Amino acid sequence: MQPETTTESSKTPPKEIIRLVDVHKHFGDLVVLDGITVGLRAGQTTVIIGESGSGKSVILKHIIRLLRPTRGEVHYQDQRIDLLPEAELAPIRARFGFLFQLSALFDSMTVGQNIAFPIHELTRRSHSEIEEDVKRKLALVGLDGTQNMWPAELSGGQMKRVALARAIALDPEIILYDEPTTGLDPPRADVINELIIKLQRELGVTSVVVTHDMASAGKVSDRVLMLYRGKFIFDGTPEEILRSEDQRVRCFVEGHCYEEDRRTL
Amino acid sequence: MITAIGSKTVSSVSALGRIGIFSWQMFRWLVPGLFQWRTWTRAMPLFYEVGNRTLPVILITGTFVGLVLAIQSYDQLRAAGFEDRMGVLVTLSLVKELGPVLAGIMVAGRVGGALTAELGTMRVTEQISALRVMGTDPIRQLVVPRFLACLLLTPLLTFFCDLCGSLAGWFIAVVLKGIPSQAYWYYVADAVETWDVSVGFGKSIVFGGGIALIACYKGFFCRTGAEGVGRACTESFVASFIMILVTDFFIGTLFTGLYVGIYGFKSLV
Repeated sequence: MQPETTTESSKTPPKEIIRLVDVHKHFGDLVVLDGITVGLRAGQTTVIIGESGSGKSVILKHIIRLLRPTRGEVHYQDQRIDLLPEAELAPIRARFGFLFQLSALFDSMTVGQNIAFPIHELTRRSHSEIEEDVKRKLALVGLDGTQNMWPAELSGGQMKRVALARAIALDPEIILYDEPTTGLDPPRADVINELIIKLQRELGVTSVVVTHDMASAGKVSDRVLMLYRGKFIFDGTPEEILRSEDQRVRCFVEGHCYEEDRRTL
Repeated sequence: MITAIGSKTVSSVSALGRIGIFSWQMFRWLVPGLFQWRTWTRAMPLFYEVGNRTLPVILITGTFVGLVLAIQSYDQLRAAGFEDRMGVLVTLSLVKELGPVLAGIMVAGRVGGALTAELGTMRVTEQISALRVMGTDPIRQLVVPRFLACLLLTPLLTFFCDLCGSLAGWFIAVVLKGIPSQAYWYYVADAVETWDVSVGFGKSIVFGGGIALIACYKGFFCRTGAEGVGRACTESFVASFIMILVTDFFIGTLFTGLYVGIYGFKSLV
């Protein structure tokens, strides 16, 4: 069953800032997204969960138009962006921050240069202003003083935090997190969770987090969406997902394998 | 079998189309980029990488090719009584053909492979996607400076290859075989024309630009994983090598025909 993508509430729900309408994505014969429709609300943290390879990261890449849908529409505010040429996307992308799963720090640049890069490319700020910005962003993720280090000298958790500092370098309206806690030990993963909450609280950003880490999802989310075989099968709050009767949702939340997978073993 | 041939043909034509679009996008950024200081600041470290760090291998290649050409040709030229014209054979071969081709192959091997590996790794680790997300065009950011570095420095490297080869030929002819130095250079100056130098120079520009485009394209579109990057490096070198040989043939044929059409046949003996 395709769930309702908007919930009734006593107060006016926040405006939808991103909307995907009947989005299909095929890679050759492989159907990754099978007609998903969802609106993501401003100022909220929406977590998309689902098994590995279910297409969670593909959704993020559609939102920022790194991928185009095979069929369907992607809207940012009132503008349809899936048909825009690359050149017209630059000002829209500047409103987004993206934390990549592998951090994607430029390994030929120092930490400071990595964070300065988008500021230097897209603004006319002076060298001293950029230095000040870099210092402030690094302080926000608790890593001020690492400006002259190289990405190869950082631990996995530090790399994620530097990547996060770079993602917020231009004070984005929306931050997209692709598996932010994957590969980190629980305390380091929790540092990232705390940072997601802190950024949402202090900067008032809209966040979309893709993860299969239920602890992270429960901690940071206002809303949880579960993707299964190309469709959303759950849309609700982190409390509601724990009470879900759907066997597929329960298997994921409780960490059991799906019945159909068990049969193939 | 027909299906396999058809599928191979379609994929080859598609690849040609993709590299055509990639090249077009690069040229669209290149032209305005030439007048932007930022393009040149990005290219400077690459000039060092492509030029300075390739120079030793180019010097060795040019020197030994000159030595071998001189050693191999001396006896035949002496038997025909033309040994004092040995410089013509060595220098003309280098300036028109061997210099650009060998320098091109060295650049393709040392620089092209490294460019593909670097960009391929950037793709696999999502650094290229990160550039796009930050509103920067990765072709402008990564390909244009690399193209400029290869385009401008391959002719310079070719010049050094030619120079070393000619000096090596002079060493064999004059120092080891006793041919008068004056005669050696007299015949070289008489036979090697501006036309020959220009054709060699033109070839090296085409090779340099082609190597950069192939290397960057292969890196940009390599498959994921270490195997994907490794395969892209191999494909990049093989494609550059073939491009050099094929374009060398066509440029050589075209300009030889043009020369004969304009100036007529010129005998070197």
